[in-house]
Amino acid sequence: MNNVKMTVNGKAVSRDVPDTTLLSEFLREDLRLTGTHVGCDTSQCGACVVHVDGRAVKSCTTLAASLDGADVTTIEGIANGGDLHPMQAAFNTHHGLQCGFCTPGMIMSGIDMVNRFQADGKDLTEEAIREELEGNICRCTGYHNIVKAIEDAAGTMADMAKAAE
Amino acid sequence: MTDGIGARVARKEDKRFITGKGKYTDDIRMENQAYAAFVRSPHASAKVTGIDASAAEAMEGVIAVHTGPELKADGIGDIITGWAITSKDGNPMQCGVWNPMVTEFARYVGDAVAIVVAESQDLARRAAEKVSVSYDELPATVFADHALETDAHQVHENVPGNLIFNWEIGDEEKTDAAMSGAHHVTQIDITNNRLSPNAMEPRSAVAVYDEAEDHYTLYTTSQNPHVARLVLSAFYQVAPEHKLRVIAPDVGGGFGSKIYIYPEEIACLWASMKTGRSVKWTSDRSEAFMTDAHGRDHVTTAKMGFDADGKIVGFHVDTIANIGAYVSLFATATPTYLYGTLWSGTYDIPAIYGTVRAVHTNTVPVDAYRGAGRPEATYMIERMMETAAREMGMDPAELRRRNFVKEFPYQTQVLLQYDSGDYDALLDMAQDAANVSGFAARKAEAAGRGKLRGIGYSTFVEACGLAPSAAAGSLGAGVGLWESAEVRVNPVGTVEVLTGCHSHGQGHETTFAQLVADRFGLPIDSVSIVHGDTDKVQFGMGTYGSRSGPVGMSAVMKALDKVEIKAKQIAAHVLEASEVDIVIEGGEAKVAGTDKTMGWHEVGLAAYTAHNLPEGMEPGLKETSFFDPVNFSFPSGALICEVEVDPDTGVTEIVQFTAADDFGTIINPMIVEGQVHGGITQGIGQALHEGVVYDDSGQLLTGSYMDYQMPRAADVPSYTVSHGCTPSPNNPLGLKGCGEAGAIGAPPAVINAIIDAIGTDNLQMPATPQAVWTALQSAKMPMAAE
Repeated sequence: MNNVKMTVNGKAVSRDVPDTTLLSEFLREDLRLTGTHVGCDTSQCGACVVHVDGRAVKSCTTLAASLDGADVTTIEGIANGGDLHPMQAAFNTHHGLQCGFCTPGMIMSGIDMVNRFQADGKDLTEEAIREELEGNICRCTGYHNIVKAIEDAAGTMADMAKAAE
Repeated sequence: MTDGIGARVARKEDKRFITGKGKYTDDIRMENQAYAAFVRSPHASAKVTGIDASAAEAMEGVIAVHTGPELKADGIGDIITGWAITSKDGNPMQCGVWNPMVTEFARYVGDAVAIVVAESQDLARRAAEKVSVSYDELPATVFADHALETDAHQVHENVPGNLIFNWEIGDEEKTDAAMSGAHHVTQIDITNNRLSPNAMEPRSAVAVYDEAEDHYTLYTTSQNPHVARLVLSAFYQVAPEHKLRVIAPDVGGGFGSKIYIYPEEIACLWASMKTGRSVKWTSDRSEAFMTDAHGRDHVTTAKMGFDADGKIVGFHVDTIANIGAYVSLFATATPTYLYGTLWSGTYDIPAIYGTVRAVHTNTVPVDAYRGAGRPEATYMIERMMETAAREMGMDPAELRRRNFVKEFPYQTQVLLQYDSGDYDALLDMAQDAANVSGFAARKAEAAGRGKLRGIGYSTFVEACGLAPSAAAGSLGAGVGLWESAEVRVNPVGTVEVLTGCHSHGQGHETTFAQLVADRFGLPIDSVSIVHGDTDKVQFGMGTYGSRSGPVGMSAVMKALDKVEIKAKQIAAHVLEASEVDIVIEGGEAKVAGTDKTMGWHEVGLAAYTAHNLPEGMEPGLKETSFFDPVNFSFPSGALICEVEVDPDTGVTEIVQFTAADDFGTIINPMIVEGQVHGGITQGIGQALHEGVVYDDSGQLLTGSYMDYQMPRAADVPSYTVSHGCTPSPNNPLGLKGCGEAGAIGAPPAVINAIIDAIGTDNLQMPATPQAVWTALQSAKMPMAAE
């Protein structure tokens, strides 16, 4: 058992967890944040993507015990009160989801790639989005509308960043 | 009406999914939850000679270990198949017995041998590894084309030679005569690769036994909870139907694989009763590859005869279909009535005959997967057209046009009667959108970059909304194929629609609500759709085979008709007008030509206060309907794929993909396009990437996403999708079904494009870089010899 203290979606949490507990299990079972999904066992599908200290991480291959002091954000933590995050809104507008199971991971990966490209001053093209989604599998949408949603949200996020300057 | 039929309405159900608040089966945790794991056979074919669970049982936190013989002793029934097929010699099919857990012989890698119930999932899995099972290994039969050989191991004692049935369809004599008189005969030998459905949500079950009430509840990843309840009750004797509630909450994709009632659900329900605990099992992806029903797996030889003008005179098909170790629920219908009946494709073929031999092998059961039989038929026919056109020196599009069915209804030689269509118009639309006239220039440009560019066609017709029930019954179906709906107008005028269909991504909460919005002019937010719970919803058949539109929505329309009639009677009475003068629109009941109106909510209130109803009218405003279509509906389409092949590596890139489909009336174009995008991507997956691989001993080599290549975002392009519309006359809205079209039409378009690029049709799916490179080398060999 390890005592782990972390911030999850802005709230301080402290739990004793076994060495083997994965972050995905910790979020789903200990904190009952079930929006983070597990779709495979080889770190391929990306349904479990969350942000750890601002970076996208596959929670199914991260040990909870290794994250003492970390700041974790899950799909449940990205909306601002009643206002959806632009990435969430874009997935709805562009029909970027069908069954919804891969969606939390897609949205978390989408936000991460937009943030990284904007920080680097790089253009997030359709080709770049498709390459960046290498670690996220969707079986329903054929990716077409996911790509459109991320493209659109990237624009909104850039506008918001500019407005905040 | 902004939210009505034809409107591009954003989905109502999205909010919970994009905020992480969806409620999937694995998200459910009961009080005092226990967890199950299964001990599975590591052998494809073996006799179980002993099970020693003592080490597992001794682990702290292990609640119970139960085995197949115990389950059988408790009277739990064998797993059934839902469609009886008769062989061409008149004999009934022969199926091996499927015990939910192994009683004596394990017949595929992953066959469940025992269930372990423990206090945590981790503990259950660790304990399962401590269960010691002794096996006597036996030879295994793995491949479809080997199963019928005399040296093949017989999978089941009661199925001689592994032959489940030898089914025929069409007119053999007429077809033989046509073929022998043909000017040209083309023969192809093709396989349809075995696929794993891979819904992103793994299967899961939470079984809850209430001892005081002797009642069971099953939360499960099902496309058809009522069918699950019926089968679990009537055939597996888990509980009487009224003592079993099945709930399919949010379900993360199905594609057919969640139609079936699997051993795990049966075992969890039974274990819940045995242990007095709620028992939860969630598959991991490795288990999903080992146990979810696979799809396709055909080996086919087909011959098509043509006259001197390229008109088809006859078609002859011989298929071996691998059914796997046991005969799953729709496993027998898929390679027969959903396959052989589509052999006419989009073409007017005067003589067709063929046989399908279904065989047992020591592999996971094969059943309906997105398209179910129709992709196999389309792939065969469309590859045939490509090869025939090349052999006869014709343009592949022109050969198709010369043979298209042009008048509807069209009676095929293989049972089905096509309802409506305009195949030329779809091909025109696709060719325009794909800028086919510019292809030669694009090919030349690609050649300058060292790439081989090819163009491939596929035109398809498929059959959705399997019907009518009586006809299906006469062909061997064990169930009816109607759908039900209940429309409840509440006293405040809001509306609930209870449907027997189930949404696992299709967007029913939006599209079904659009029907109500359209009918009464109500905002879509005042309508809610209820589905997926046998305690809430009347019996229904669920969602598969693109039936929610043509069958499910039709039931809603019938119920809405009844509601409208009664609402008009109430309004006429209150407004003191004649019923025929009442118009309901914009959320009001109006007397035509006057300013007399009453709000929709006032109609609802009047129905439930019952203070002022027409004499003799029952209070309330709630109607139920069951809709049994008179025929299938027949969506069709034309798909054009362009690829670039790198001749040095064999890597194929899909550079352009165009689809023109006819789904009849479209309720929500945004959702329909989404279905097409997803279907095409699964089709591209089959064509280029996916393939379940077993080795000679029946070991599954593709057991994870490291080995089974799923199509990813960078593997596919953005698609160009357009629609024609010839409404189906077989249902009130003229719907045809759109869920499977892409998966049906796409594989041959991709492969035909590669064939065009590399100049040889010596190619099977999946067209991996190695397969394409090898085909290219074999095509070069004669040149090298020159």
